[in-house]
Amino acid sequence: MTIDLKTIKHIAKLSRISVTEEKAKKLEGDLKSIFDFIAKLNELKTDKIAPLTSIAETTLKLRQDEIKSKNIREQIVKNSPEKNEDYFVVPKVIE
Amino acid sequence: MSDITKQTLTDLVKNIKEKKLSSEEITKDFILRSEKSNKLNSYITNDFNNALLKAKKFDQKPNFNLKLPGIPIAVKDLFCTKDVKTTAGSKILNNFVPTYESTVTQNIWNEGGILLGKLNCDEFAMGSSNETSFFGNVQNPIDKNLVPGGSSGGSASAVCAQLTPITIGTDTGGSIRQPASFTGIVGLKPTYGSCSRYGIVAFASSLDQAGPMAQNVKDCALLQEIITSHDVKDSTSIDFKRALYSKELNKNIKGKKIGIPKEYRVDGMPKEIEELWEKGIEYVKDCGAEVINISLPHTSYALPTYYIVAPAEASSNLARYDGVKYGFRAKGENLIDMYEKTRSEGFGAEVQRRIMIGTYVLSSGYYDAYYLKAQKVRKLIKNDFDEAYKKVDAILTPSTPSSAFKIGEKKDDPVSMYLNDIFTVPVNLAGLPGISIPAGHDSKGYPLGLQIIGKAFDEQNILNIAYAMEDKINFKNNINDWWIK
Repeated sequence: MTIDLKTIKHIAKLSRISVTEEKAKKLEGDLKSIFDFIAKLNELKTDKIAPLTSIAETTLKLRQDEIKSKNIREQIVKNSPEKNEDYFVVPKVIE
Repeated sequence: MSDITKQTLTDLVKNIKEKKLSSEEITKDFILRSEKSNKLNSYITNDFNNALLKAKKFDQKPNFNLKLPGIPIAVKDLFCTKDVKTTAGSKILNNFVPTYESTVTQNIWNEGGILLGKLNCDEFAMGSSNETSFFGNVQNPIDKNLVPGGSSGGSASAVCAQLTPITIGTDTGGSIRQPASFTGIVGLKPTYGSCSRYGIVAFASSLDQAGPMAQNVKDCALLQEIITSHDVKDSTSIDFKRALYSKELNKNIKGKKIGIPKEYRVDGMPKEIEELWEKGIEYVKDCGAEVINISLPHTSYALPTYYIVAPAEASSNLARYDGVKYGFRAKGENLIDMYEKTRSEGFGAEVQRRIMIGTYVLSSGYYDAYYLKAQKVRKLIKNDFDEAYKKVDAILTPSTPSSAFKIGEKKDDPVSMYLNDIFTVPVNLAGLPGISIPAGHDSKGYPLGLQIIGKAFDEQNILNIAYAMEDKINFKNNINDWWIK
């Protein structure tokens, strides 16, 4: 659980965020101090504690599977940075 | 300049109903003052032209049965507003125009409110000083180059400077209460599940709640009564009997038991905060309440828990920003390269930091050590409150460990910035309601707040305590309009 440059680059990859060498070094320092801070939790023994999974303490309700919004195709693509009629456009994926 | 903008929401509503003021007169004055207040940078987007049109329309056919008849209101730019740009303070949403309306804002318009504009905030509500906004710092009306707090910094600044009679913010770890405290206004974070999260740009879904920010407790109660609703569009919205908070508001807190948690006396807390707290204790005693010392033993673990849970949920929520469906897109050599460049250029430093923390704590091999551990400690924190509420009706604490600080002072030290939320974060982790009320000034003349924490769904009780205390405190904000030439 040591955070080094290699870890930072790995997390960046998982996060889909590109990092330069300089940025990775800065992040290494920041994350180290944050994880030192978080390490305080290790003081507590929690083996027998059930984790909190829902703060609201309600169970999810079932509902009818109904179509409520119709013809919203235009609305869905409206904010897309690049579209072609009703489709999102992305860089070529398959050669 | 007229005194319209100085009036409380309650007075404005009364004056409109008695036909002493028109919606147009009120709206014009708030627009005029907002335009003179650009230096504060409270707004990201204004909707002034539409607001005036709506005000004129209201006056032509007024409906005085509404709770906010023709009242102009600016809101935090984290709420989706149909056809009005919604940025969440981020470059990545700089061009995003929602095609739908958030439930909370819809509830306001349904009662006659009129949108004035969208208020500045920390990027994706991640920050405690409004310095992470892509759209720049917000000035605190209290003094030059002072942060207004965050993340609802633009909201706090706008209410304090009287650019809007009232507003709504969101609170994930203190983002309503801390800026309210820094600007001498009232801010309520409701119980988790009280206000719908539908249409609010998501940060950490098990913690996020919308809530009112106001000049006084009565206005705050009225807006809370309007924005709270059970909403099928949010599966965590809770169906409970909601009180008419403003109608049932009263100052009789005789016999109420108020808990004072010893763990909130943290090391290095300024003497002024300690004294303010003591004064607060005297005030509630004067009102006839009983003060009881309590213990919330896991308080010091709340922040470390929060900085696992909140980034974990954020990393998941923010995965949607991929440069495909909406928002900013950077050019890339291929799909993955496009994703990585979009997110690297579109998100600011703090947001990237939190996405990375979240990704790490959820990643294979680390889940148990971090996320699961944090959820267990979160349970312990909640248990502390449950135990305390067997003995008391509410809990009184300071809102923040210091008054507002200078812009730039804590920017480069994330952990010191995080410590700002030490008294507010436990409330979010336990899903409870909490209200910050202005309670005094420090030696520099900056406002200080006290927080009242309630049982789940017991908003009425903490509003009543706040209402009774407000009367005793008799707080006045010292605003000299320094930003208006």
